[in-house]
Amino acid sequence: MSTLTEAPPPLAPAAPEKKPPRKRGRFTPYWLLLPGILWLVVFFALPMIYQASTSVQTGSLEEGYKVTWHFATYWDALSEYWPQFLRSVAYAASATVLCLLLGYPLAYLIAFRAGRWRNLIMILVIAPFFTSFLIRTLAWKTILADGGPVVGALNTLHVLDVTSWLGWTAGDRVLATPLAVVCGLTYNFLPFMILPLYTSLERIDGRLHEAAGDLYAKPVTTFRKVTFPLSMPGVVSGTLLTFIPATGDYVNASLLGSADTGMIGNVIQSQFLRVLDYPTAAALSFILMAAILAMVTVYIRKSGTEDLV
Amino acid sequence: MEQYEPDRLSPAQVAAMRRSFTNGRAALTRRSLLRASAGGALAAGGLGALSGCGIPAAGKTEGGTSGEDHSAEEKEVNFSNWTEYMDVDESGKRRPTLEAFAKRTGIKVKYTEDINDNSEFFGKIQPQLAAGQDTGRDIIVLTDWLAARLIRLGWVQKLDPANLPHAFANLSQQFRSPDWDPGRAYSYPWQGISTVIAYNKKALDGIEVKSVSDLLDNPKLKGRVGFLTEMRDTIGMTLLDMGKDPGRFSDDDYDAAIARLQKGVDRGQIRRFTGNDYTSDITKGDFAACLAWAGDVVQLKADNPDVDFVIPDSGYITSSDNMLVPNKARHKKNAERLIDYYYEPRPAAELAAYINFVCPVDGVKDELAKIDEEAADNPLIIPDKAMQAQSHAFRSLSSKEETAYEEKFAKLTGA
Repeated sequence: MSTLTEAPPPLAPAAPEKKPPRKRGRFTPYWLLLPGILWLVVFFALPMIYQASTSVQTGSLEEGYKVTWHFATYWDALSEYWPQFLRSVAYAASATVLCLLLGYPLAYLIAFRAGRWRNLIMILVIAPFFTSFLIRTLAWKTILADGGPVVGALNTLHVLDVTSWLGWTAGDRVLATPLAVVCGLTYNFLPFMILPLYTSLERIDGRLHEAAGDLYAKPVTTFRKVTFPLSMPGVVSGTLLTFIPATGDYVNASLLGSADTGMIGNVIQSQFLRVLDYPTAAALSFILMAAILAMVTVYIRKSGTEDLV
Repeated sequence: MEQYEPDRLSPAQVAAMRRSFTNGRAALTRRSLLRASAGGALAAGGLGALSGCGIPAAGKTEGGTSGEDHSAEEKEVNFSNWTEYMDVDESGKRRPTLEAFAKRTGIKVKYTEDINDNSEFFGKIQPQLAAGQDTGRDIIVLTDWLAARLIRLGWVQKLDPANLPHAFANLSQQFRSPDWDPGRAYSYPWQGISTVIAYNKKALDGIEVKSVSDLLDNPKLKGRVGFLTEMRDTIGMTLLDMGKDPGRFSDDDYDAAIARLQKGVDRGQIRRFTGNDYTSDITKGDFAACLAWAGDVVQLKADNPDVDFVIPDSGYITSSDNMLVPNKARHKKNAERLIDYYYEPRPAAELAAYINFVCPVDGVKDELAKIDEEAADNPLIIPDKAMQAQSHAFRSLSSKEETAYEEKFAKLTGA
């Protein structure tokens, strides 16, 4: 709320409250934490340690792998696969921006204008989750098929000439191009954008809009000065929930893409399962994690939403 | 798509369609996704080595390590196979050939369809086999190159010829002596797989496709050609087209084949590399032509008459999925009896009539004709002499070669 009003002058720290003696339940918080901690240890911490160890091992399947602190794997992996890293970030960023552009108006509509349709629209947003991720992605192959109506229409409107010139598509098709991959990513992660946006928009007090109107703000100004700043937590968490999984995704690239659209997830998968170069795969995973962490940290700092983290 | 069951097809065809769409080798399935993403860190890596002490060396033992054989007292056998790779009756619940086996021998078969992808399955069983433990499976079915790897690592058991009289007598000539298992000491084929060129007549619109060169060089097919993510199929077919023998090629030959394909990628001639999902591309006509597995083509043709196949003059690649008995399996003898059973003409014919891959058993034609005459005359199921003469196998690779080749191939396919 600090965005709305001037921050009040700093007060002298309040006198410490008298704390009621607490005997019971001193350990309750820890008991409540226990399942979560156990979960994190088993499914996050241990695999992380194991992966970290794998990434500095050398060896082969026959001779076994030993920890040799071979950090050069990181450098080799990065210098070999930086194009895929850049591509992943570019695709994920494009998909995130598209999700925001598509998702914000929809979330706004659901929060303020949908009235009795609100629940129905919410169900429609979530409904695709009832089928598998894979099938939803495969469906795009039908939608964007070469001879299909979508590609036909885009060709008639000469849209594909433009995208082709930009390098997003190839010739008169959409499938097996970067555009198809970004479309797939956008579609698959859109609900992750809409839901947090909706939650933060829905919390906005309608009287603030009225107040803005009373102070002669035009609707556009109201949106710019009131609604959008107040929805920032939703924007930030929505973009994170979209961007992070999209960067590591490999399904869209392998089903909708071509040999030129490989993302870092595809590389990690093939290094792990096909080439059987476990150290490189583990190193790539860590580089990806570090990169995402760095980007997210900068982003959160810049967007200044302390109440999120 | 799991519910995709067009009603004008026979149950067998429906099953094969489902196999093609949702499962099968190299297909990206939901299960493999789950495993590769969420569970990947744990599953593929190996549970035994969390403390950072590395992955143990493959316990290389000549002839494999047998566990104690409990075949006599436990009348059962655990059979792990690919999905939709076994005959099923009309109700879809019973497996006639397996039931007949149980009836005759008293051995109960616990049949599990838990193999979706060679690489993925290897990731799954590797920790146990590397640690010298029982996988809980008596028979596993793996494609040549992975079977070769397991034999090389000493993770499978030598079979006892005394328990395999039919298998020994009836195995087709073309499958008898792969270089990775001369004389079939460790493995017997479950089904053969031919890699051919499939095309969509409508999409081709009169353009002639007869060879891999046509796929790679005809400018009219730009962006409408597909190759497979299985390295041996794609490279093997390309080597054949370049006049090289995939059974004996050098590093330079391999690099030349990669370079030839890379040109196709760079020029945009090759649309993409696919697993089993090529079936939807070729049916819809997004691929005008592509490399394909013959077993699928038989099914696709039944559904869409526009789809057909051609065998290049330079020949085609044949591989097989092979039954193996992993180390420490509890019921080796029962497993061998089951392997032998599928080399009797009758069960082999029933199986072939249902799953439409290349039948590796000799003397099946007459039995198959009684069930399905068309299938018996189909050279993709029972190869004739001419077909057999054109078939080539991809040579086995050393561990070093395998890593290097897979790495180069992964780069080609963009991953």
